[in-house]
Amino acid sequence: MELLDKLNILADAAKYDAACTSSGLDRAGRPGAIGSTTMAGCCHSFSADGRCVSLLKVLMTNFCVYDCQYCVNRRSNDVPRAAFSPRELCELTMGFYRRNYIEGLFLSSAVIQNPDHTTELMIQTLRLLREEYRFGGYIHAKAIPGADPLLTRRLGLLADRLSVNIELPSSPSLALLAPDKKKEAILAPMKQIRDGIAVSQEELKVYRHAPRFAPAGQSTQMIVGATPESDRQILTMTQNLYDKFHLKRVFYSAYMPVSSSPLLPAPQDFQPPLLREHRLYQADWLLRYYHFRAEEILDESQPDLDPRLDPKCCWALRHLEFFPVEVNRADYEALLRVPGLGVRSAHRILTARRVGPLTFEGLKRLGVVLKRAQYFLTCSGRMMEGLRVREDGLLRHLVSLESPALAAPMPEQLSLFDHAV
Amino acid sequence: MPWTQVSYQYDGSFAGFLTCVFESYVNHEEPVEFRLPDDPCCSLYPLRAVASDRDHARRVYRSLSAKFGGAGQKLVARGFLTCLPDRELWLWRLIQKGYRQGAAVTRDLTDPVVDKVNKAVYHLEHEAHLYTGFVRFSDLEGVLVGEIEPKNRVLPLLRPHFCGRYSQERFVLHDRTHQEALVHQPGRWAILPAQDFQMGPAGETELAYRRLWRSFYDTIAIEGRYNPKCRMTHMPKRYWGTMTEFQNDDGNARQGLPSETKTRPRP
Repeated sequence: MELLDKLNILADAAKYDAACTSSGLDRAGRPGAIGSTTMAGCCHSFSADGRCVSLLKVLMTNFCVYDCQYCVNRRSNDVPRAAFSPRELCELTMGFYRRNYIEGLFLSSAVIQNPDHTTELMIQTLRLLREEYRFGGYIHAKAIPGADPLLTRRLGLLADRLSVNIELPSSPSLALLAPDKKKEAILAPMKQIRDGIAVSQEELKVYRHAPRFAPAGQSTQMIVGATPESDRQILTMTQNLYDKFHLKRVFYSAYMPVSSSPLLPAPQDFQPPLLREHRLYQADWLLRYYHFRAEEILDESQPDLDPRLDPKCCWALRHLEFFPVEVNRADYEALLRVPGLGVRSAHRILTARRVGPLTFEGLKRLGVVLKRAQYFLTCSGRMMEGLRVREDGLLRHLVSLESPALAAPMPEQLSLFDHAV
Repeated sequence: MPWTQVSYQYDGSFAGFLTCVFESYVNHEEPVEFRLPDDPCCSLYPLRAVASDRDHARRVYRSLSAKFGGAGQKLVARGFLTCLPDRELWLWRLIQKGYRQGAAVTRDLTDPVVDKVNKAVYHLEHEAHLYTGFVRFSDLEGVLVGEIEPKNRVLPLLRPHFCGRYSQERFVLHDRTHQEALVHQPGRWAILPAQDFQMGPAGETELAYRRLWRSFYDTIAIEGRYNPKCRMTHMPKRYWGTMTEFQNDDGNARQGLPSETKTRPRP
């Protein structure tokens, strides 16, 4: 089989993995080697669906012994199969990397023969890449649940980031759709990676050249919309993952109909829940950068995110007693709670108000989105001039601000309202 | 006594600009415009030609960090690389303000002058960051050659990134807009003026890798999530002209969007 055909098959099989970040690690280029990584990561292109392409995202092979209903590579699915040899994949990675097409390699695999054999193949590839080709770029590897912990450890010493897919947001769904995978089998490698990272960080404090185990941390992803979990369950689970497993990222992947299993939503006229995925990511950002807790964003009376408004606006409307916030006095945490104020503009406010009192004119210069923030802010005790909206009209006002952005580019998303409301 | 208003003519270099700042303070002159030697001359203000003086320039450059800190110095140096219209004038105003206020000037983000320069520098840094990803090299007989068309002069910002990453490679990165090129070989680099730059023809291996990359790029998109507007937000079309995935083998733009020309081989 030609290399081009293999690449097509194995990239096509890997594309449903949402994670394609190259962030979390600063490593300068070394003499004699090729490659470096940056803390913020780097996007090398954007595909036609608007997602970032930063890593060469491929599977080692798509021959699989499992039969997970939601997965395009399941045993019972009739698709062309292929496998890279370690050497082929290294040549391809280096060829792309030298031309600055990619930031590194994202190596995943279907389970061929058994988890141990699959992991061994991946280790072989990464070892070749790191030691023979002296590759210093980013490597994201998937840990295969069920593989021997020693093999997972070796994988983590070669890769920068490890991830284990949690696949579905609850164990009943997992039992239903992925009968070969167990919750415990997924959590075991996650725990091992968490502990490995902690030990490695401790060792690095004492010995500068101690081996680095998954220095860019670990991440995971789950499929949203294939099973009946509420947003509240998903967010609570996400928060637990951040708290207990110290994950760098949790990715959500809107379910794409790739199978006609009776257990899944019918593939005919099924719209992937893209807006829901978008709202979940917004809530995820609130957890990671805005000091929010999952319980604040959603509670039992309101188990799902409002598709019409972003989660921070929703929180603000439910907690009007918190507002208005005085720009010249409020602390960083309070500023972060204001809709229309982000991490960057909050920092700018802190810097700029050391020089003199801020006005609404000045806020506009700082990049604050006043069309949302104006209802929740005062400058030196005064609201924005000419602002006349009563509390009950506020929701309508904010929704109408957001709606053009939702309706115009993707008309199919509007139909989601009918289902959700 | 108010300063006399004059129009400065200098050689377009950063040292030349700093010399102008020096001259303006020595002679108590306020520049109302900066011009290059080949600009058409028609101005109501008296014209003063300033020759670059390395010592004077260095004195001004040192004073920047002394008076308003490392951050202020960096702001001025980077501001000079931006494509802000009348950037010399804005920078002169910033320096004047800095000499008066001290280090607080870099914190005064709501001031119109500081804001103007800050936004321009942000634009420069953002463009440079995008280009660290969007640059495409071609392997032409062992030398990597790439071309870009930036609005700002991003080469000095791209230099540490690419020289660190490809420390063992020989490469040339040509800036079409400003007619200069970053040239690197192991251990040495230079940014040189380069007119009439032409990329050589690609060999067989190079064409094969381009084909592989285009094919990967087309495959990685999920049809059910097709969202061209989102792609253009993250990667505006002005970058597409120099990117491999949007070109045919002969170097012309590909017909149609990649998702429309999508083919999936079924062996």
